[in-house]
Amino acid sequence: MTRANLDYRLQKLLDEILALNSMVETATLQSIEALKNHDLELARQIYYGDAQINARRFELENDCMITIATQQPIVAHDLRLVASILEVVAELERMGDYAKGIAKICLQIGNTPHVKPLVDIPRMAEIAVSMLHRSVLAFVQSDAETAREIPKEDDEVDSLYKQVYRELVSIMFSNPSTIDQANYLMWAAHNLERMADRVTNICERAVYVATGQMKEIDVSDDEGTV
Amino acid sequence: MNKFAISDLRVTYSDDVEALHGITLEIPANSITVLFGPAGGGKSTLLRTLNRLNDLSDIKSVSGSASLVNQDSSQLDLLDPKLDVIGLRRRVSMVFARPIVLPMTIRENLTYGLTLAGERNPGRLADAVERSLQKSALWDEVKDRLDEPAVSLSGGQQQRLCLARSLALDPEVIMLDEPTSGLDPISTTKVEASLQELKENYTIILVPHSIQQAARTADQAAFLLQGHLIEYTEGKELFLNPHDKRTQDYVEGRFG
Amino acid sequence: MTIRPNSSSARRNLVQTIGFSGLTVLAILTVLPIFFVVVYIFVKGISAISLDFLTGFPTDGMRSGGIYPAILGTVILTFGTAIAAVPLGIAASIYLSEYAADNRWTRMIRISIVSLAGIPSVVYGLFGLGVFVLFLGTGTSILAASLTLGIMTLPVVISTAEEAMRAVPQSFRVVSISLGGTKWQTIRRIVIPQSVSGILTGVILGLERAAGETAPILFTGAAFYLPTLPTSAMDETMALPYHLYVISTQVPGMPSSIQFGTALVLLFLVLSLNLLATVIRSRARRRRMW
Repeated sequence: MTRANLDYRLQKLLDEILALNSMVETATLQSIEALKNHDLELARQIYYGDAQINARRFELENDCMITIATQQPIVAHDLRLVASILEVVAELERMGDYAKGIAKICLQIGNTPHVKPLVDIPRMAEIAVSMLHRSVLAFVQSDAETAREIPKEDDEVDSLYKQVYRELVSIMFSNPSTIDQANYLMWAAHNLERMADRVTNICERAVYVATGQMKEIDVSDDEGTV
Repeated sequence: MNKFAISDLRVTYSDDVEALHGITLEIPANSITVLFGPAGGGKSTLLRTLNRLNDLSDIKSVSGSASLVNQDSSQLDLLDPKLDVIGLRRRVSMVFARPIVLPMTIRENLTYGLTLAGERNPGRLADAVERSLQKSALWDEVKDRLDEPAVSLSGGQQQRLCLARSLALDPEVIMLDEPTSGLDPISTTKVEASLQELKENYTIILVPHSIQQAARTADQAAFLLQGHLIEYTEGKELFLNPHDKRTQDYVEGRFG
Repeated sequence: MTIRPNSSSARRNLVQTIGFSGLTVLAILTVLPIFFVVVYIFVKGISAISLDFLTGFPTDGMRSGGIYPAILGTVILTFGTAIAAVPLGIAASIYLSEYAADNRWTRMIRISIVSLAGIPSVVYGLFGLGVFVLFLGTGTSILAASLTLGIMTLPVVISTAEEAMRAVPQSFRVVSISLGGTKWQTIRRIVIPQSVSGILTGVILGLERAAGETAPILFTGAAFYLPTLPTSAMDETMALPYHLYVISTQVPGMPSSIQFGTALVLLFLVLSLNLLATVIRSRARRRRMW
C-alpha cells in the first residue's frame, strides 16, 4: 500500500529534521564556549562546519520535493507537514548562520580580553537552545499544546538582551577604545535574540501542522512602545 | 443561490439495505459539488434520487425531503410520487461511468433527447447539435463525421459525446457518476476542463473516480461513508484541513 | 527450477491432432445427412420440374399436370400463420421482456410457452378441429388452418423475439430514460429497432416450420383436390405437405418423379426461407452499431 511508503518517507524527513537541529544546537553552544574561552581553533571549526549544515539543509529540502512529486495525493495533514518541514529547515539553516556569525565574532575578538565577563550572553544562548530543542521536538511530535507555550520564554531572552545592550552601551561610553569589541559582543547577543524569535516561527508551524490553524503566537512585549 | 435542498433523506432498497441514512445538504447553483467516498457510500443512490432514476430500481422506501430550486426560487418536491419525472430528467441530466452511446449516428445520439420531447424542426435540431458539441469541446473533432456511427469514436470522445447529449437538452443540472473512470489521462483532463467552463451556466454534481480528481475539481466537497454524510465544506478547506478524522484518513489514503 | 511436464510435448501434440481430427469428422458427419437428403430429392425430382408443373393444375387424378394450387395454398397458409402469430407473439414478447416482473405469474407464463412448443403437431390439429372448425363453427377453412398453425408457431416467435429484445443492453434503456424518455418511447425507438433482425429471424424460422407441417392442417383446412382456387378465408385449400402425403400414399400408379418433384418444391421453399433468415441476420450483424 502506498500509504506505508508515504508514512516511511515522512518519518525519515522528521528524523532528518531532528538531526539537523542537533547540528544547529551544537554549533550554537560551542560557538558560545569558543567565545567565552577565546578558543580560536574551535571557532574556526564551527565557522567552516556551517557548510555541512547548509548541505544538510539542501538534502532535506530535496527529499521533501521528491516526496511531494512522487506521493499523490498529498493532502491534509501530510501536505501541511511537508510544507512546514520546508519552512522549519529554512529557519534552522538561518540559526546555523547565527552560530557561524558568533564564531566569526570570536575570531575577530581574538585573544583580546573581554571588556566584561560574559554571563548574560551565555545565559541567552542556554535559553534559546533549550527553546529550540523543545520546539523542534514539539514540531516533530505534532504537540500543539507545548508549542503554544514555548514562545513565552522569549520574554526572558528579550530582557537579557536589553540588559546586555545597556551594559555594553555604558561601557562603550565610558571607554571608547572598547567600542569595537563591545559592538561585536552586541552583535553576538543580537544573533541569539533573533534565534529565539525564529523559534517562535517553528512553534507556529507546529501548531499549524497539528491543527490547520495558522496564527501568530503573539508574545511581543514591546507593543506599547512602538 | 442553492439548486438542491436535501433534508434528512433516507433511502432503503427492497432487500432492506439502507443506502442513505438521513442526508442533509444544500447544493449551490453554478458550481461543482463533488460527492466522494469509498464504494457503497450512497453517492450513486443520491444522484439517482435527484433525477428519479431510482424509480427503475427496487426501492422499498424513501423519506425526508429533496427539492429542486427553480429560477423563481420556488421549490419542486423531488420525492412527490406525482412528479413529472420526464420533465425532471430533462432538467437534471446524467452522464454515466462507462460511455454509453446509443446505437445510432453521432447526430442521432445528440438529437435523441430532443426528439423524445417532440422537437421536429430540423433547424433547431441542427443548432442544438452544434451548440452542445461546442460546449463539450468535441465540435472540431466530429463536425465532418456527424452521420457516422457513434461507436466509431474513441472512448474519450464517446464520453464527451455523452456529455454533449445531456447538454443538447439544455438542462439546469449535470450530474456525472465517475465519468472519467475508463478514460486516458488526456481525455480526463479535457472532460475536467469542460466542467470548469460549464459550471458558469450549469450546476454540476460530480462523483469523482479518484481523490485527486475530487481535489482538483471540487468547489464544494461532500464525504459520504456508508450512507452517512460525514463532512461537507469547501473543497480547498476539506482537502487541506479536514475536520473529521474519518475524512482525513480517507483523503490521506488510509482506507478505502 | 523448471517445471517438468509428465508427458513429452510430442505426445501432447499427437493427442491434440487426434482430438481435432475426430471433431472435424463428427462435424462432417453432421452435415452429411442434410447434404444427402437435398441431393437425393434433387436428383430424383428435378426431371418433373417445369413451368407447367409449377403453374398448372393437377390432372389425371394428380398423376400429371402441375401443383400450382398446392404451392399457392402453402403460400396463403404461411401468410395466414404470420397474421395469426406475429402480432400476438411480438406483443407477448414485448410484455415478457420489458414489462413483466420477475414473479410467480411470469414464471407460469414462461413455462406455458415452453410447454406449448413441445406439443405434438397432430395434437394441434385435433385442437384446431375441436375449437375452430367445430366449436367456433368456421368449418374446415384457411382461417381455421391459419389459426391452428398460428398457435403452433407462437412459442417460437415469442422465444426468439424475447431473446432478441433481452440481448439489447440494459444500458441503452437507462440512457433513454435518463434523457426523459418514457418506457414505451424507449421500447419503440431503441429496443425494437435493435432487435428487429432477431425478431425477423425467429418469425421466419417459425413460418418455415409452419409451411412444412401436415398434421395441423389435416383436419382444419387442407383438401386433397380442389378444382378451383380458394377465394375467401372460409374456403378450403390445397397445400404442399398434405399434397405430398397424399400422392405418396393414397394414389396408385403415381410417377415417382412427380412425388419427388413436389418434395423438391417444398424443400426449396423451406430452404429459401432459411436462407432469407440467414441473410437478414448477417446483414444486421454487419450494420450493428453496438
